[in-house]
Parts: sequence; structure tokens; C-alpha cells
Amino acid sequence: MSRDRRDRQERGAEMERENTPEPPEETTEKGRGPGWVMLGLLPLLGLGVLLALIVVNGAGIGREDVPAVEELTVNRVSLPSEGEFVVNVTNGGPDPVTVEQVTVNEALWNFQFADGDNTIQPRESATVNIPYPWDEGAAYTMGMITNTGVVAAEPEVPLAVLTPEFSGETFARYALIGFYVGVVPVSLGLLWYPFLRRVGTAGMNFVLALTVGLLAYLVLDTLLEATEIAAELPGFLSGIPLVLLVAMLTLLGLLGTERLFRRGREEASRLSTSYRISTGIGLHNLGEGLAIGAAFALGEAALGTFLVIGFTLHNITEGVGIAAPILKERHRPSLGHFAALALIGGGPAILGTWIAGFAYSNLLSAIFLAIGTGAILQVIYEVGKITLKDSARANTPAFSAMNLGGLTVGIVIMYGTGLLVMV
Amino acid sequence: MEDMPNSPVASDAMQELHMGMGAKGDVDLSRFNPTEFLRNFDYGEVRQEGGRTVREYEITAQDAEIEVAPGVMYPAWTYNGQVPGPTLRATEGDRIRIVFKNRASMPHTMHFHGIHPADMDGMFEIVGVGQEYVYEFDAEPFGSHIYHCHVLPLKEHIARGMYAAFIIDPKEGRPEADEMVMVMNGFDTNFDQSNELYAANTVAFHYARHPIQIKKGELVRIYISNLLEFDFVNSMHIHGNFFDYYPTGTKLEPSEFTDTKIFAQAERGIMEFTYDFPGMFMFHTHISEFTELGWSGFFEVVE
Repeated sequence: MSRDRRDRQERGAEMERENTPEPPEETTEKGRGPGWVMLGLLPLLGLGVLLALIVVNGAGIGREDVPAVEELTVNRVSLPSEGEFVVNVTNGGPDPVTVEQVTVNEALWNFQFADGDNTIQPRESATVNIPYPWDEGAAYTMGMITNTGVVAAEPEVPLAVLTPEFSGETFARYALIGFYVGVVPVSLGLLWYPFLRRVGTAGMNFVLALTVGLLAYLVLDTLLEATEIAAELPGFLSGIPLVLLVAMLTLLGLLGTERLFRRGREEASRLSTSYRISTGIGLHNLGEGLAIGAAFALGEAALGTFLVIGFTLHNITEGVGIAAPILKERHRPSLGHFAALALIGGGPAILGTWIAGFAYSNLLSAIFLAIGTGAILQVIYEVGKITLKDSARANTPAFSAMNLGGLTVGIVIMYGTGLLVMV
Repeated sequence: MEDMPNSPVASDAMQELHMGMGAKGDVDLSRFNPTEFLRNFDYGEVRQEGGRTVREYEITAQDAEIEVAPGVMYPAWTYNGQVPGPTLRATEGDRIRIVFKNRASMPHTMHFHGIHPADMDGMFEIVGVGQEYVYEFDAEPFGSHIYHCHVLPLKEHIARGMYAAFIIDPKEGRPEADEMVMVMNGFDTNFDQSNELYAANTVAFHYARHPIQIKKGELVRIYISNLLEFDFVNSMHIHGNFFDYYPTGTKLEPSEFTDTKIFAQAERGIMEFTYDFPGMFMFHTHISEFTELGWSGFFEVVE
């Protein structure tokens, strides 16, 4: 067949399709009779029969001689009063775990399950009270010995201090910590806005590249923190895949909804990009708040002047990053926007310290940080695009010395100031 | 009385803690009761053969789940289903005959600390599953001895519970006394090659929960031995008193008058003491870690 003829034939067929009504779909799709629902239920029915058979007869692959897997995950150890440890554990294994004896620093000790039942079913959590005359500043390791002699968990108190109780005063004190490490530095960084508006196009491009570097550091920091927490989760929750998948879905979700941010324009408004950077950074600072709050609650970190200054230096660049996309806006956004950006970027640090101090959950923390990872990845993409576009406009190559320099400086600043804030 | 400086105690909770030594609950005493084991001696079936006293014992190796602390079970290898195994007792010069049946799931032997021919040593004549072996030798020398399994891996065969006391009395006998056996032991319940729990006669804190009753002014004699694995030393300390100590019990004169004695692995001896004050007196290893992991108890001295 010649190419022309085929073209003609196809065109003819196209016209025919346009002119003739759609043929009834019977040929490809069978009718949905009343039996249709039953067809959908068929596999489920099979599953039911299989499960019933397994429940009654076993799967034929069970082994009676294999000992039970006894594995408890420690969620939290608190010291609510002098003379008491309270340990919360989750059974992450497939078999029930019965705790028969508890040791504290290699001494068998008295203990009480809060609900009176010392058998913990799979995926169930339990709280154990251990009366113990602990000494402030000392370290303790407990052992939970099961009925088969397995030491199923070894809860640790690295440094014994009273766990802060929920009160107006502690609430305010935690808020102050979050304020110092989050809101203050981000606000200070944003104060560079008027200065940076006057550094010229090349300077602004440098700041944008610096922001990409800053975000690259933050995404790694957030992801590593998330996986660290996820590794502590009970096995059945598959912590690390969970973190990676949530981060991925967040990234894809944000990329997919990017069109909404653009509202029909060629690119999203730069102010909205600033808001998204601010949100991503906010989630990262939530993680920072969690770490600081947890360390503070455990007495591991006395939030001294040095640490506050360290966090201020570390996070001040974040303010610059948030401001970077709006440097070239013709009209300066209102002060209200700046206040909102500072609060979204820095405020979650306060939330983080509260969560860590009063209602810590490894699962929620890991998920928050995973969302943060995805959100920061998305703004890296977005700011990266802006950087490239601005470079093109200025007729400079994408990997110009200016851009690479900015990127490197951003990473170096974050890494360098990060040395000051190890908690 | 209220104003007396030594009447108060820190708190009821502290008092309760010290009386119970921390551990919770109690074991099922119908299966193995350390209080009964303490004064239980197996003299064997006695008969005269050619003018000699012959003592015949029957020992069966068997696997058993034993309770080493309240609620904590341990898959033990045992002599006659208990840890420590039966305390075998004879008099110096007796002929000893032990019919050993292996009904366990591993090869085992009985290795006696004593003087005997090479083929009675329980080292090379490995008794396989379902097999039997008859150990026959003269009871010598007199003293406070032990027996244990000597199959490789040796450490595991001992740590799993295959050991017991073996007492040979001197011909002339010893002065009348309230006699007891204490085998100091420990259990590696999670098989990480270190002990989780310690005791004298297996059950952590048993003699704290059930103090040993002794009479004021009456001579007490303890045949004590250390069968601990993984830890190199153990010790015995009694409160409010001193004791005469006879190393390995092979001399009739004490070597020492002390209140604390250190024991290496397999070291043993005889302690003799008399309490002049009634009341509750603690005894325990002075290795405080082991004390708080089960190896402690009380003497209750009554009028």
C-alpha cells in the first residue's frame, strides 16, 4: 500500500467515524446484568473460603517447634515523678509477648502494667509503671524479660530528670524554645529583603541559586531525620518505606497540583512560590522542634545561649531562601505577607517542641518529616526552574559560576552553621 | 519506742521492696520447691555386697522446662527433671553404683569430681540418646563435691542445668547439725552467653520469699558449691554472723572463720555456723549484681 493511499484511507475512516453514530458498545463491553456484582464478589468469595480452610486446618506450612518471636518496641520512657519510670512499648512482632520480670540496671525490680495485663498482643501497646528511686543525672537501662526468658525490650534513660509535666509554664517555655530556633531566625533572614532588592540582577540570581543549595541541605537533613525516627518504629509499620512513599506522594501531589498554583498563568506567582518554600521549611523546622523538644524533655540539651545563637545562625539563611523568589517582584508584597511567611516558616518549630514535649509519637513525627521532605523537593524543582529562567533571561548559562557558586555557598553555610547546633 | 533512733524505716514501699527483693510473684512450687530441695539428700538404695556397703542410684537425663524466676521458663537439660540434679550422698569407702539413663534429646554423661578409674570419668564414654551407662566407683575422698555433664560443648551442657552436689561423709561422721545444700547457679535465658538470672538452687529470690527457718543456737552446716557459667566468680556472705569454712570439705579442721567467701567455677566447701540472735538475717552473694538478679535470701532464726 502506498503511503498516500493509506493516508487517504485513514482520513476517510476518520470522516466516517465523525459522520456515523458511535456503534453500540456491546461488541467490546459485556452488559452489566444483575450477575455483574456477583462476578466482582467471586475472588472475595474464594478468599473467604481459603481463609476459612486455613483457620480450620492450618496452611500446612506452620511449625509448632519454632519459638515465638518476641519483640517489643519502646515508644517512650518518662519520669513523671521522683521514684517512678513509666515505659510505653508496642508489640511489633507476630506473637503475643508476656512480660514476667523487669530489671533496672541489672537488678530485678517491681513493676505494674497500667491495665493489669502483662500480655501484649501483636500491634498492641502497653504502659508499664516501675517504681524506682532514680537519681537525677544518672543513666538507667531496663530489661523486660518474657515468660520464655527473652529480653524483649531494653528501655533506656540516658539521663534521669523529671519529664516536664503539661502546665501553662512548661507550655510557654517550650513555645519560647521554638520561637528562638524557628520564628526569630526566619524573621531576621526576611529582614534582608530590602537589602537584597538592591543587589542587582546578578546578585538576585546568586541568592536564588543559594536558596537551591539551602533547600538541598534541608531535604537531606529532613529525610535523614525522618528515616532515623522511622527506624525506631515497630517492624509491622514498615517505617522507612513509609517515609519514602509519603515523601514521594507529597512531591507528586504538589507537582500535580502545580497548575492550581499557576491559576492559568505561565508560571506560579513568585509570592506563592515563597509561600511553598516557607511551608517546606516550616515542616523542616517542625522536625528541628521535635528534636530539640525531645532532647530538652530528656534533659539531654540545656538550651544554652550558645545553642540559641547556633540555631539563629543556622536558620537565618532560611529567611533569605523564602525571600529569594520575590526579590524581583515589581511591587513589594505587603508586610502582612512577610509576617505570614515568617510564621509559616518558623512557627512549626514551636509546634514541634510541643509535640515532642507533651505528646510525642514516632509515627506522626516520621510522617510529618516525610511530608516535609516531599514539600522541599517540590520547591527545589520550582526554585530551580525560576533560577534557570532568570539565568536564561540574563543570557548566562545554567551552570554559570554564579549559579554553582550560589548553590555551593548555600550548602556550605547550612553545613557550617549546622556544626553549631548538634542536639 | 517511737523516739528511738533505730525504729523507723524509710517507707512501707522500701520495706516491702527489701523483703521481696524486687522480683514479682512466685513460681509454681508443685514442680520444684527449693525449700524441699535444700534438705533433701539421696542416699541411694543401700545393700551389702561381700561385706561392703553398696549404694545404687538411678539418674535419668531428661529435657525439662523449668521456672527460674516467677513466670520465666527456661528450656533446661536436667538430671531427673530438676536443676540442680539430686544431691547424691554416701559415706567414704562405700561402693557407688549409678545407673544413668539418657532420655533427653542430646548425648550426656555424668562426670564426678572424685577419685575413680578413667572409664568412670564421664569424659570419653558418651551416653547417646536412649542409651544407658553404669558408673561404679568407690566414694573418695570425703568432702563437698559436685557432678556434672561433660559432653561438648561443655559450657552449654553445664549452663543448661546438668549439675548437682555430691557429698561424701567422713567415716567418723560430722557433728549433728541442720544440714543443707546450696548450689549457686545462674541462667542465660536469652542465650546471649551471659546470665540474666542468678540464685542458690535455681529459683531467683526463692529464699527471700520463703525464708529458711533455722533454730537459735543450733549448728547449721551448708554444703555449698558454685556451678555458675559465664561469670568467673561467685560468693557467699551471711549477715550478723561468721562461719567456719572447710574448703572442699576434705579436712575436718576449718581453714577460716569468716563471713564472706569467694568461689571460682566448680569451687565448693562446707560452712558451719550457729545464730545466737533470733530474727531475719539475709544471706547472699556479695557480688551485688547477682544479689539483685536473684541470688539472695533470708534465714529466719527462731527460738
